[in-house]
Amino acid sequence: MSVIVSVQQLFKEFDGVKAVNDLSFTVNEGDVYGFLGQNGAGKSTTIRMLLTLVKPGSGSIKIFDKELAANRSEILRQTGAIIERPDMYKYLSAYDNLSVFARLSGIKVSRKLLMDQLEKVDLAQRYNSKVKTFSQGMKQRLGIAIALVHDPKLIILDEPTNGLDPQGIADMRKLIINLSKEQGKTVIVSSHLLSEIEVMANRMIVIDKGKKIAEGAVSEMLDPSSTIVQLETTNNEKALNLLHQSQWNAFVEPSAGLIKFRMNKNEIPSLAAWLIQNDIGIIALQPKHSLEEYFLSLTNPENHVEPVSN
Amino acid sequence: MWNLFQIELYKISRRPRTYISFAAITAIIVIFQFAFKADGESYMNLLLQNVQDNFTLDKGKAINGYFMCYIILNTLLIQVPILIALIAGDAISGEANMGTLRLLLTKPISRTQIILVKFAASFVYTIALLIWMAVMALFVSLAIFGVDDMLIFRVKGEESQILQITQDDIMWRYFAAFAYAAVALTVIAALAMVLSVFAENSIGPIIATVCIVIVCTVVSNINVPIIDDNVKPWLFTSYLVGWKGFFYINSTEDGVPIKGSLENWPAIRNSLLILVAHIFILLGIAITAFRKKDILS
Repeated sequence: MSVIVSVQQLFKEFDGVKAVNDLSFTVNEGDVYGFLGQNGAGKSTTIRMLLTLVKPGSGSIKIFDKELAANRSEILRQTGAIIERPDMYKYLSAYDNLSVFARLSGIKVSRKLLMDQLEKVDLAQRYNSKVKTFSQGMKQRLGIAIALVHDPKLIILDEPTNGLDPQGIADMRKLIINLSKEQGKTVIVSSHLLSEIEVMANRMIVIDKGKKIAEGAVSEMLDPSSTIVQLETTNNEKALNLLHQSQWNAFVEPSAGLIKFRMNKNEIPSLAAWLIQNDIGIIALQPKHSLEEYFLSLTNPENHVEPVSN
Repeated sequence: MWNLFQIELYKISRRPRTYISFAAITAIIVIFQFAFKADGESYMNLLLQNVQDNFTLDKGKAINGYFMCYIILNTLLIQVPILIALIAGDAISGEANMGTLRLLLTKPISRTQIILVKFAASFVYTIALLIWMAVMALFVSLAIFGVDDMLIFRVKGEESQILQITQDDIMWRYFAAFAYAAVALTVIAALAMVLSVFAENSIGPIIATVCIVIVCTVVSNINVPIIDDNVKPWLFTSYLVGWKGFFYINSTEDGVPIKGSLENWPAIRNSLLILVAHIFILLGIAITAFRKKDILS
């Protein structure tokens, strides 16, 4: 499998603050590569450097085995992107926006091509409507059409589900998986939500304060054997007493208020059955971890938890 | 590049704000024409109050289409920079504000190309605006007020002068004056473009351009020797009204105007060269700054 993106020792500083610090990673052909980090971690700056919007302080970026700085036009011709919000010319129609950006991508534009593309994102009926009348979800779909109209090999999506409703988020995830699995595209997708990366990506990088703290296959990085599980019952005091006298006591974590376990995710059904058997009313029983906890687990292996965020 | 240029013109043509300038120019010119049609003689009396004791003039004939155009340009060409700034000041900053700049720059187009194309589109807009002014101020005025010889009232040093240009010697002067105005206004477009590169919204560069033009115009009109010698030659605003030079006609020793002559062509040519130099310098600054800029919007 060939390497599509190779980043080596990338640095970028803004006013003395290191936004990206010695960052290296590779993205292989056909990957959905998750770019994970909290807000301000340096994801967007890195993505902007991949798209030549921001100039690296130092380091090397190779895309399609070519130096980005020296082969900018050639590389961007094969790249599609959405950076944060999908902003377009609000005073133009969906069709005109798509036409403008398709022509800027250097392809020959036909009405059929544009209408087909709008059809794919379910905007064909609104092709003549001005973008200023569109909802955020519609703009995002048009943004996808713009990113894909020139059939790029590499697609870079910076926080593509921002501002979308649940259906929009689900559609976007489906689309990203489809781009990789059925169309063989390479996708780099950034998010501050672990759950999103877990669902979409096969490989991922985790960055914090501009530095890489982990990189690898998602399946290997997200260990299901050490999941934090949160329990809320109708009588937590009684439940905790019973748990302390049972085989589950080994998994109970000290916690104020709610009851927490550190356990294998696969054991949750057994725990639920035991609680019911012991006549404990369950209000909620769910794996519950924040990105912050996941970062802590990466920097301190003893705290390792499985990442699932809201 | 041609493709990019066409797209840029298309975008400008589809923006409602593009037409504000055309509407404003139309309104101002129509008001002028209406006012002169209704009471042009009062204006002429005011204009001639210093010379009417030793000069008789058919005021009705003096207010003709050519004269009207001159009066309108004299007033309007000071305000037009604001209208030019409206479009050129928005060129880059407007894209940044809309969020389209980052999408634009992920396309296989160089930043230099983007600046050149946006500048070229602003130039086309400037030309279109001037053509519209020419149509409204010259051709419509000729239709309303008729054709006759043109009188130019001028204060040169301490003395007031009236220059007469015969009607068959006027039209080329207007074409030359409009061409000169196009170059002068293109400096404004280039200035607004430079400021646009540094901003994330359009209001800043538009206001900054207008403020710079106002400050430089005021300085250009301060008659103090130290400023005359050291500052004015470097200010583009000192040359903005240079188009008037095409109407300053040479006369014989007997005071007879020499058809086709210009009083000071070298001064006009030098002004033009200085304006063109301003355009290149400003454009160079815009390109350099834009190439270095990190797009964080």
